[in-house]
Amino acid sequence: MEFDIAWLWGLLGGLLIGGAAAGYLLVNGRIMGASGIVGGLVDGSGRDTWAERAAFLAGLVAFPALVAWLAGGAETHLTGNWAVVIAGGLLVGLGTRMANGCTSGHGVCGISRLSLRGIVATVFYILAGGLVMAVARHLLGWV
Amino acid sequence: MARLVSALLCGAVFGTGLWLSGMTDTTRVQGWLDVFGDWDPTLAFVMGGAILPMIAAWLVAARRRTALLGTPMPARGETPVDAKLVVGSTLFGAGWALAGLCPGPALASLGYGGTGGVVFLLAMLGGMVAAPAAKARLDRITNAPRT
Repeated sequence: MEFDIAWLWGLLGGLLIGGAAAGYLLVNGRIMGASGIVGGLVDGSGRDTWAERAAFLAGLVAFPALVAWLAGGAETHLTGNWAVVIAGGLLVGLGTRMANGCTSGHGVCGISRLSLRGIVATVFYILAGGLVMAVARHLLGWV
Repeated sequence: MARLVSALLCGAVFGTGLWLSGMTDTTRVQGWLDVFGDWDPTLAFVMGGAILPMIAAWLVAARRRTALLGTPMPARGETPVDAKLVVGSTLFGAGWALAGLCPGPALASLGYGGTGGVVFLLAMLGGMVAAPAAKARLDRITNAPRT
């Protein structure tokens, strides 16, 4: 008998994500936003805290690579359409830095403190995502 | 040093959570956004699971002036909801739907995401480089003070 327990892995993984965000707040005194941590290095605005950012990113890149390898490998199933990959990356980078946050900063850290900006951002990126998905997948067949 | 070790550990746990939850699998993320297709509710469980410990963390933070390592607790931002937030989030949502990756998972999956993952990350960094100019332009259009 086979159950789809993706929701359970989702919940457990979510608790780890929230635990990491809680640790980063209570130990380091920082808000765990992926786009902000990497973006501050890219545009120089996080120069003063570069080592802390770099350490976080090192853990973020290296540890899941190790864990996924030990677990027998992982797949991202990213599309092979380069135009879509590049357009997606540009929009994600530009949009998250314009909005000053992404799914972790505005979503996880913002909603949990009932931040109006976090809630508004999350509503807009989910609505825009749903709309673009409907058009790109069901009308245009791009993704 | 303690600060760097703690940051490294937080990054490691964050990335492991992203991998375990399936959020580095673009089909799951795109499945969540695909309300007119075979909708995948997993992301709601991930978000819920992540928000719960963070609610507790914010309640603890409200009672303390500084974090364990001495940094002042981040104050509640004073930036209002503005055009940059709305336009930026809309652009982000569009890109998120196209590729199925947001910044955290793009980094967490770098080790197993192949060439496509690297190309996505480079494009994302390019978009981040362009953001300050785009923000300034939007400020000129809306005549808002720069933040």
